[in-house]
Amino acid sequence: MNAVRIEASRLELGGRQIWSGLTLDLRQGEFLTVIGPNGAGKTSFLKALLGLLPASGSIEVLGSHPRRGDPRIGYVPQQKSIDPDLPVRGRDLVRMGLDGARWGLALPSGPIDSQVTATLTSVGAARFADVPLGRLSGGEQQRVRIAQALVGQPELLLCDEPLLSLDLHVQREVCELIGEWRTRAGGTVVFVTHDVNPVLGLTDRVLAFVGGRWALGTPDEVLTSEALSRLYESPVAVIRHEGRVIVLSDVGDPGGFHHDHQP
Amino acid sequence: MIELLHYAFVQNALVAGVVIAVVAGLVGPYVVMRNLSFAVHGLAEVGFTGAAGAVLFGLDPIAGLLAGALLAAVGIGTLGVRLRDRDVAIGSILAFGLGLGVLFLTLYTRYATEAFTILFGTITAVSRSDLVLLVVLAAGTLLALAAISRPLIFASVDPEVAEAKGVPVGLLSIAFLVILAAAVAEAVQVVGVLLVLTLLITPAAAAQKLTARPLLANLLSVLIAFVCTLGGILASLVTLYPASFYVATLSFLTYVAARLVGPRLSRRAGRVPL
Repeated sequence: MNAVRIEASRLELGGRQIWSGLTLDLRQGEFLTVIGPNGAGKTSFLKALLGLLPASGSIEVLGSHPRRGDPRIGYVPQQKSIDPDLPVRGRDLVRMGLDGARWGLALPSGPIDSQVTATLTSVGAARFADVPLGRLSGGEQQRVRIAQALVGQPELLLCDEPLLSLDLHVQREVCELIGEWRTRAGGTVVFVTHDVNPVLGLTDRVLAFVGGRWALGTPDEVLTSEALSRLYESPVAVIRHEGRVIVLSDVGDPGGFHHDHQP
Repeated sequence: MIELLHYAFVQNALVAGVVIAVVAGLVGPYVVMRNLSFAVHGLAEVGFTGAAGAVLFGLDPIAGLLAGALLAAVGIGTLGVRLRDRDVAIGSILAFGLGLGVLFLTLYTRYATEAFTILFGTITAVSRSDLVLLVVLAAGTLLALAAISRPLIFASVDPEVAEAKGVPVGLLSIAFLVILAAAVAEAVQVVGVLLVLTLLITPAAAAQKLTARPLLANLLSVLIAFVCTLGGILASLVTLYPASFYVATLSFLTYVAARLVGPRLSRRAGRVPL
């Protein structure tokens, strides 16, 4: 069974084509990095896999039609600022990943608590499990969010810009955690990012969305001057420097993945 | 003061106060979590219009209050789907509602005292049949809240992930506004339309300053609402000044105290408060 199978899919939002003829087979255990400028369809791609956006054509996720609330899918969003007084701790957020969608009250439960604690420990977040969410640093919050995504023992992890507004070394930690999980659990990762560099070492294939067009292939196939110039329909130069990818364009910022965080 | 407790109206007032304190204390944390202070105010004002309309047509003012608040809840939920639109939708609905209320007041000239009652609350006017209605309404409110509590917290704290996990975020938003409308209609009977925030926001906000444990925050919120309501009613019976004044004052003082004590508590406990 493929983790994700998409055939001849087409998505239009507000009369604008986001993608068309999209065909993709993602093997189990594969790491797919999704890049492209804002509004090009990265998040829509995740929403289609989650069953929140209906795209035409055939889409199969873990062998079935995308449906809301599939427990085999974990989801990691971007870090955001949270009210420091909000009476919700890391462990409460992680528990929501397990049973937050169920009706009724979240009553105390021993077995659930131990599962939550075990997951928090596995991502190195046990130390700040009782701190209110709004008082965690960006990196701590993302560790808790990864625990929240992993607590239900998913087979597929969808990450929507989880590195945004994090320091470089924290970005590296978050990537390592996700890489470790993939090795340990044999899970599949779809990773949306505006900067491909932090996950370049983990990436098996790159899916790039630009202006209603798309390109799919290994990083060496997609992240080249030729392939990106074709995708952007304008001259783009790709420079490889010390294992990093730098994208340059004479139309200015191609709006995507060349964000350079050199200190 | 003990002798006062023999009077039926005092007993009714105290029982009503307890019921309302429990409802407000339990609904409040969700109001704070979802940042719905303005919605509470809007629901109450449109509730006032409902009550004024009911009196004009010879109906029960509490039923009118509830109907007005419920209509406003559905209106706010439908027009204010996106967060950016919400406050604007509330403001527009509130203003329209009050405009109607003014018309109703003008049409019904004898209404002045009853208008005062609804605006500022008269807990001592609660009759035995009002009390029965209140208890039924409170039970319904709390049952509905318990039924949606877990996904509602998820949708309030973490809407993106909640949606990804299949939580019907938009539907819950309307459902909670309806629950809130019922809670507002109850709380209005103690403190009146204009002071309803003093029971639906302040106790929960004070509790949040003191603890980060969700369960404890709920308990503290109920406890604070309870002390403020009963304290306010008793003080009013003894001194004959309005209960709403005492409730609002007690609740404000509690909030200020929590603001002062809260940071000290969390400093002593490190980043892990009580």
